[in-house]
Amino acid sequence: MDLSIDFAGIKSPNPFWLASAPPTNSGYQVMKAFDAGWGGAVWKTLGVPVINVSSRYGSINYRNTRMAGFNNIELITDRPLADNLREIEEVKKYFPNHAVIASLMVETKEEWIQIIKDVENAGADGIELNFGCPHGMCERGMGSAVGQEPAVLKTIVEWVMEAANIPVITKLTPNISHIVDPGLAAVQGGTDALSLINTIKSIVGIDLETYAPYPVVDGKGTNGGYCGPAVKPIAMEMIKELAQHPEIKNTPISGIGGVETWRDVVEFILLGAGSVQVCTAAMHYGFGIVREMEAGLKQFMREKGYETIYDFKGKALPNITEWKHLNLKHKVVAEIDETKCVGCDLCYIACDDGAHQAIRIPEGIGNRIPEIIDENCVGCNLCSLVCPVEECITMVKRDDGTQHVTWNEKTIAGEVPTSFDDDRAGGKGHFVPTVQDALKHRK
Amino acid sequence: MSEYKKPTSTTEFEKNFKIKKPLMNQTEAFYESSRCLYCYDAPCVQACPTGIDIPLFIKQINTQNLTGSARTIFESNWLGNACGKICPTGVLCEGACVYNHQDVPPIQIGRLQNFATTHVIKNDIKLFKPGADNGKKIAIIGSGPASIACACELRVMGFAVDIYEAKAKPSGLTVYGIAAYKITNDEVVDEVAYLEKQMQLNFILNTPITTKEQLDKIENDYDAVFLGVGIGPTASLNLEGEEKDNVVGAVEFIEEVRMKQHTLAVPPKVVVIGGGNTAMDAASQAARLGADEVTLAYRRSKDRMGAYGFEYDLAISAGVDSLFEAQPVAIVGNGKATGVKFIKTKSVDGKLEYIDGSEFTVDCDLVIKATGQAKMASFLNLIDGLELDSRKRIVVNKENYQTKNPKYFAGGDAVNGGAEVVNAAYEGKVAANGIAVFLKV
Ligand SMILES: Cc1cc2nc3c(=O)[nH]c(=O)nc-3n(C[C@H](O)[C@H](O)[C@H](O)COP(=O)(O)OP(=O)(O)OC[C@H]3O[C@@H](n4cnc5c(N)ncnc54)[C@H](O)[C@@H]3O)c2cc1C
Ligand SMILES: Cc1cc2nc3c(=O)[nH]c(=O)nc-3n(C[C@H](O)[C@H](O)[C@H](O)COP(=O)(O)O)c2cc1C
Ligand code: SF4
Ligand code: SF4
Ligand code: SF4
Repeated sequence: MDLSIDFAGIKSPNPFWLASAPPTNSGYQVMKAFDAGWGGAVWKTLGVPVINVSSRYGSINYRNTRMAGFNNIELITDRPLADNLREIEEVKKYFPNHAVIASLMVETKEEWIQIIKDVENAGADGIELNFGCPHGMCERGMGSAVGQEPAVLKTIVEWVMEAANIPVITKLTPNISHIVDPGLAAVQGGTDALSLINTIKSIVGIDLETYAPYPVVDGKGTNGGYCGPAVKPIAMEMIKELAQHPEIKNTPISGIGGVETWRDVVEFILLGAGSVQVCTAAMHYGFGIVREMEAGLKQFMREKGYETIYDFKGKALPNITEWKHLNLKHKVVAEIDETKCVGCDLCYIACDDGAHQAIRIPEGIGNRIPEIIDENCVGCNLCSLVCPVEECITMVKRDDGTQHVTWNEKTIAGEVPTSFDDDRAGGKGHFVPTVQDALKHRK
Repeated sequence: MSEYKKPTSTTEFEKNFKIKKPLMNQTEAFYESSRCLYCYDAPCVQACPTGIDIPLFIKQINTQNLTGSARTIFESNWLGNACGKICPTGVLCEGACVYNHQDVPPIQIGRLQNFATTHVIKNDIKLFKPGADNGKKIAIIGSGPASIACACELRVMGFAVDIYEAKAKPSGLTVYGIAAYKITNDEVVDEVAYLEKQMQLNFILNTPITTKEQLDKIENDYDAVFLGVGIGPTASLNLEGEEKDNVVGAVEFIEEVRMKQHTLAVPPKVVVIGGGNTAMDAASQAARLGADEVTLAYRRSKDRMGAYGFEYDLAISAGVDSLFEAQPVAIVGNGKATGVKFIKTKSVDGKLEYIDGSEFTVDCDLVIKATGQAKMASFLNLIDGLELDSRKRIVVNKENYQTKNPKYFAGGDAVNGGAEVVNAAYEGKVAANGIAVFLKV
């Protein structure tokens, strides 16, 4: 088995990279990370050094889960360029086969040309253009201010491509309604690869004493950038958009956003990512977290018989289609395993209040084990999602698999509802209780 | 007064000897694994004699990589399944879990461990295979946990290994000695069979090594020898009346419990002499077999007992009565023991003193001596150059578990004087690596 990758010409012993962020702030950290098992690191964004505020992070704790979402108002590096360059050079000496990618963010063409030359001289294996930072830097016309303007982005990518001799990755911001626009602009500008997502503009909470958003800086706050497990679904969708686009799909993509476990890594690769980048998980648990990712990735590959990640890269893409191509004849119905049910009745109330009144609790004192009313169940999955018991509610396929009709086909055949009271509506005749039933409990 | 009815069937036996750490189901394993904080340089790992990467295997359970989780466990500890069940986790990993500092129950590491290892054992998912033959042959004497760990580790490195065992079953005290409410015979056997199959372990059973000739031949035929002989039968107390029929050693009693289960008849009144974990196990199991009155007699005060607090509590909860500061002076009875005569003691400046005229007799139909195990000195003395310390433990270099006779390595109870399975598993593994270095493979 071989975990190594060649990402747009950047070679790395494995697909696990640290994202440009505090964990890659110094040579000390990057060396420690390589020693712990990371294959690559995107250095904390270099440019004209900034001054950071004190009180920089906030987070969303979901119940007892800390940092389900993480938010920061930090800027790019606050360390002088010369120090960073010297450390890049040193790290490359110790780890010549690991990938060191310099993340860059500057303003003028002259600055871009200069800094590219500098990091190349220091021995960086690649460059990442930070067009993503959604706070602070964008106020100065950089970061997401560039990422949100495809034309500007394309121009800068062109400057960079002219100057650079090493592979260039363009890092995109998710703070945009259509990720393909900046993605395509970067590809047209000649970028070697793409990476995404950077953080999402966010406010994670308001302090109820000072009425300021977290993190509070002397009574005030600002929007931050959101990341961590909470953003993973958004990242995955955006990666898929790019990986499926005919003019982008041949450009390597480094997937970022909420990666913490081996499953996340596998999912990103299945969506077409050629490497993954991690920030929050490393900030939460330290570099050792990579061991779980590596062990899990290997176990997955062993079980499936894959030799390299290229054996399954992008394998989920053909199965992600548009809604209009989904089979309307597919039918699943919930089934409750009464031997497992603990009688919490969450499924009942979820279905009755939030879905289709397809679950009842049989009459009788002390009876708490619910029953599915087959003919009412639309197969929405809600009950199976709220049920706290593993494999207690399963969604069972009820169609025989012989029929296949999509919205698209129906449209062509002229069979879709077209008027407000069309008889062809999917829910026509479906059971709903009477309006008065809602007040039955009042007696 | 014991609360257990005499078991008359396997089902009743299993009820009385209900497993203390039952297997988790998927939901419980998920919730429990979600609680683990993934501590840095985790205290639980530091407390594990085999240094299993606990936060890693727990995270692997949480991410549904059960096979990978089991791999993490077995890579550090070849007896990973048995240890999850029988380790005194409360004083090892779980005792060190940071949650204890918050007065929150610690992570149930042992049970999570079993959740992962059971998955691969039950489904026969192979994780390891023997290394390419390196041309060297090793003899192992004894087949307890120390030996099994040593053998597996050696096989991975490509050694040929023969394991000589005196008894009819491999596993040593794991199958003959551990209390029946900690692990079932099947569970011990299944784990060893699982390892045996993957590592192609060659057990030569019913073959005690007892003579100089046998040892000479072994030395001739093999490149190195590992001694995992454990410690011997229950030591003699030198008590008047000790030779009577119904006076048995605790180790021997427990072996009978494990082998005969409910068919072992225990009389109504039992006295157990001793204050260590073995005494607790013996008393607890006598009660669970339906003895009416089980008295645990220890010559010093309660706080001086060698047993873990939780083992004592377990015995008491099974209905065992305790008697402290009582020194046995004779076993009384005509032909058969009918009681044990004690004298009361007190501690004066740390020294035990008898209280004159305080003799009394406790009636009983069975006496169980749990007063330490005899060492294997006579056998070990057959080996040239082997050094034993004053407590008859084999002296080794703790870096590689090599004895003073360089061809011999040793580990487990024979070296540490009687610790836990997890220590034996660790020492056997280190010795295997010591052998590899010694033989330059
Ligand atoms: C009553 C009791 C309860 C215990 N409970 C626990 C517990 O709950 N948890 C725990 O972790 N530990 C427990 N232990 C300790 C644990 O069983 C031992 O520490 C462990 O089994 C030691 O392993 P070993 O490989 O060194 O030796 P053993 O397990 O003693 O194995 C030695 C083997 O070598 C064989 N042998 C000896 N001499 C020869 C020879 N000359 N030729 C061939 N074969 C030979 C023996 O037959 C035996 O099979 C308990 C011990 C006892 C006595
Ligand atoms: C504190 C902090 C600082 C960051 N700084 C940078 C940066 O300098 N340059 C950059 O390209 N991205 C930066 N990021 C964004 C991360 O590289 C990454 O894109 C984002 O956090 C999503 O990944 P995650 O969910 O694994 O954290 C930063 C993120 C955090 C949390
Ligand atoms: S994490 Fe370190 S730098 Fe940050 S507040 Fe705590 S001690 Fe200070
Ligand atoms: S949610 Fe699950 S456990 Fe709760 S009542 Fe419904 S089926 Fe039973
Ligand atoms: S000490 Fe407890 S919480 Fe921390 S890693 Fe170990 S088991 Fe998990």
